[in-house]
Amino acid sequence: MAAPMNGNGAHSGVAGIVARAQALFDDLNFTAAREWKAAVPGRKVVGYMPIYVPRELIHAAGMLPLGVVGGGDQLEVIHGDAYYQSYICRIPRSTIELGVSGRLDFVDGMLFPSICDVIRNLSGMWKMMFPHVYVRYFDVPQNYKDEIGGNYYIEELNELREHLATLRGKPITDEELRHSIAVYNENRHLVRDLYAFRAERPWQVPAAEVYLIIRAGLVLPVEEHSKMLRDYLAAARAEERPKRDNCRIVLTGVFCEQPPLNLIKSLELAGCYVVDDDLLLVTRWLTADVPIEGNPLKNLALAFLHQSESTAAKYEPNLAEKGQHLVRAVKRTGAEGVIFACPSFCDPALLDRPMLQHVLKAADIPYIAFKYAENSGQMQPIREQAGTFADSIKLWSGA
Amino acid sequence: MTVIVTPKAAPKPVAKDDSMLKQKEMMAAHYERLTSAPEKGAKVCNTFVPGNLNELIMCFDLVNNLPEVNAIQSGLRRLSGGYVLEAEKIGHSEDVCTYVKSDIGMMAKGNIGPNGKRMPDPDVLLLSYTGCFTFMKWFELLREQYKCETIMLHTPYMGDGVITKNMIEYMVKQLKEEAIPKLERISGVKFDIDRLREYLKKSAKAEDDLVKVLQSAKNKPSPIDAYFGGIYYIGPIFGAFRGTDDALDYYKFLRAEVEERVAEGKGPVTPDGDMGKERYRLVVEGPPNYTNFRQFWKMFYDEGAVVVASSYTKVGGVYDLGFRHDPDKPLETLAEYCLGVYTNRNLPMRIDMLSRYIEEYEADGLLINSIKSCNSFSAGQLLMMREVEKRTGKPAAFVESDLVDPRYFSAANIKNRLESYFQMIEQKRAGASAAA
Repeated sequence: MAAPMNGNGAHSGVAGIVARAQALFDDLNFTAAREWKAAVPGRKVVGYMPIYVPRELIHAAGMLPLGVVGGGDQLEVIHGDAYYQSYICRIPRSTIELGVSGRLDFVDGMLFPSICDVIRNLSGMWKMMFPHVYVRYFDVPQNYKDEIGGNYYIEELNELREHLATLRGKPITDEELRHSIAVYNENRHLVRDLYAFRAERPWQVPAAEVYLIIRAGLVLPVEEHSKMLRDYLAAARAEERPKRDNCRIVLTGVFCEQPPLNLIKSLELAGCYVVDDDLLLVTRWLTADVPIEGNPLKNLALAFLHQSESTAAKYEPNLAEKGQHLVRAVKRTGAEGVIFACPSFCDPALLDRPMLQHVLKAADIPYIAFKYAENSGQMQPIREQAGTFADSIKLWSGA
Repeated sequence: MTVIVTPKAAPKPVAKDDSMLKQKEMMAAHYERLTSAPEKGAKVCNTFVPGNLNELIMCFDLVNNLPEVNAIQSGLRRLSGGYVLEAEKIGHSEDVCTYVKSDIGMMAKGNIGPNGKRMPDPDVLLLSYTGCFTFMKWFELLREQYKCETIMLHTPYMGDGVITKNMIEYMVKQLKEEAIPKLERISGVKFDIDRLREYLKKSAKAEDDLVKVLQSAKNKPSPIDAYFGGIYYIGPIFGAFRGTDDALDYYKFLRAEVEERVAEGKGPVTPDGDMGKERYRLVVEGPPNYTNFRQFWKMFYDEGAVVVASSYTKVGGVYDLGFRHDPDKPLETLAEYCLGVYTNRNLPMRIDMLSRYIEEYEADGLLINSIKSCNSFSAGQLLMMREVEKRTGKPAAFVESDLVDPRYFSAANIKNRLESYFQMIEQKRAGASAAA
């Protein structure tokens, strides 16, 4: 059935908005971003990989930040495998595939954040393979003191600001940065609203839909994405959907290589409402508004140090605090368990997992764990495992 | 049915040169220092080889314990396989670093060190890591176990191939405002910068001698094997001896020993004695396998292949490109040291370095030993291989194994590939002679 359209030819209602997001998700040629670039001469696109980059700087330069999170399960990897051994995760090989197959040929810059050794080394590979593209390994501090990690990070941000200014041919002003911070503050608000609504009424906003809507924000201009979020939230609130007898779970470990959409759907089909997750963390990495007034780079730096998500790629200086973000997420969302879904060969997620599991065990929170790759095709084992988990929670929790 | 026959005769004694024997004594003494630390009241600091700040650690009278070295010892003693399985049994993924799992499995099995005595619990984990994210997780795991203080020293990555002022300032501030005050408090010893300078002076001198030893491989025949033998040579300086008189003496002795071999026109000493005729000169990228170390080495020297330069011997410091610890800027030099280690260099820098080695050491080609456990080294090596081949015109080859997990050492596969590689080199030579 075709999705409903409004008078302007745009999709409306939940189905229409989701259809638009699905189309963006399916499009491995990044047509929307290409069209954005082609619409005005001189526009530039800067790609970034998980887990976090300050998209405000790219936006302030008048450029489109483009999230590149691998090729998913629809991309046939032909060349990418020739660059990696079998024991390395899939996201770098499908990203290389996107590059060598010309699907990223309109991208003027690529940022490789500090997340793991594989993505870090990919930054060097990109430098070698695409010498005409601006490439930067984007380092962030693992020291969270204002005068130490903060000052270091401000200077890193400043370097990035200068490089982007060179790329566009004129400096990026503080005013431009402040405007971009405000635009992203609004976007993060909307993303948080959507997550809060899902935690409250997960049957109204299935996890796969939420994922698609959030994922659209990786390829759309932020202003357009904020509109999509507003429209979707309004439509989802207005449309009653049947409530299933599902348990409520937090999904974790999925912060880099993306699980197939079918995997997310399978969890809900198996009886698990996803009420929180660490998918696409860049869209809500900063957990509170970044102040608009004052030095914009300092504001971004302090937000990173003191108001950002916890994840495996970040050092946790306080042993007592290790893993508590998960416990808090469970309490905040009323979840009944945690599912660890980690990409095969993902060092940060897999090395972190035992520590997080110990914390959950101490807090008496049930959990299960499995691995996946972005192109995993067989969902039956995962569905069975998640289904059994859901049943066990329903039957025995609180008994 | 295939029957595996184990030879009953006693194994042939392993040939060792005097420097190896000297080092063995040094290592044994160090393990005694470690295992007797609790009874002697000495405090122990765990840290890592890449980013090892031994001179600083010694300023606080702390005994340096390197979990990677312990994992290597477990690998060489064929114990790591069991330790890795133990760690997997208690929930660690089969996909992750086997150094970590060997260490955790060893703890679970009583934490017995190579001298048969219990290893001490650390008083502090100095998380000075560079070039590898796994280190950060490793010490988070150890912190969970030991509940001891952990000091993070973050080394930024050389993503653009340069060390910036911002990086140095960041690291020096971490040292001044975090690491040193905490080490003072934990050890009860006040920091004395002049003491640090003295150690750094000694480090620089030993580094000079190490570089001479490594560069002796430019001779033909090479008097050393800069990978298998090189691992012995880097032991003291990458470990708990940099900055000590012991290291000064060892490297002076080693240098003299190697110079004597040069004068006599000798090749390297192998476990089976002096190597025969040098037929192939190789540059090797990547760590070795430790569970089958001698078997792996034998595949080379049996064919007359000598490694003249390797990247692994730069993983605890790149000295042959000019860096020396500088007592005149003690904290900055520690920062520069951490920033410059091999795996903290971006891929283009690593490719430049390997290509340069092939030219300067007149090598026949590049061999990559790709390690399953070590993404820091391994991710990108296939591109590196192609690029080095393209730049140097010399053939490259690729074998795969693991650090300390015996499940990933397939002797037949590796031997096959090496033999093909040596044939490839021969063909290349024949082609070059025909063209001339």
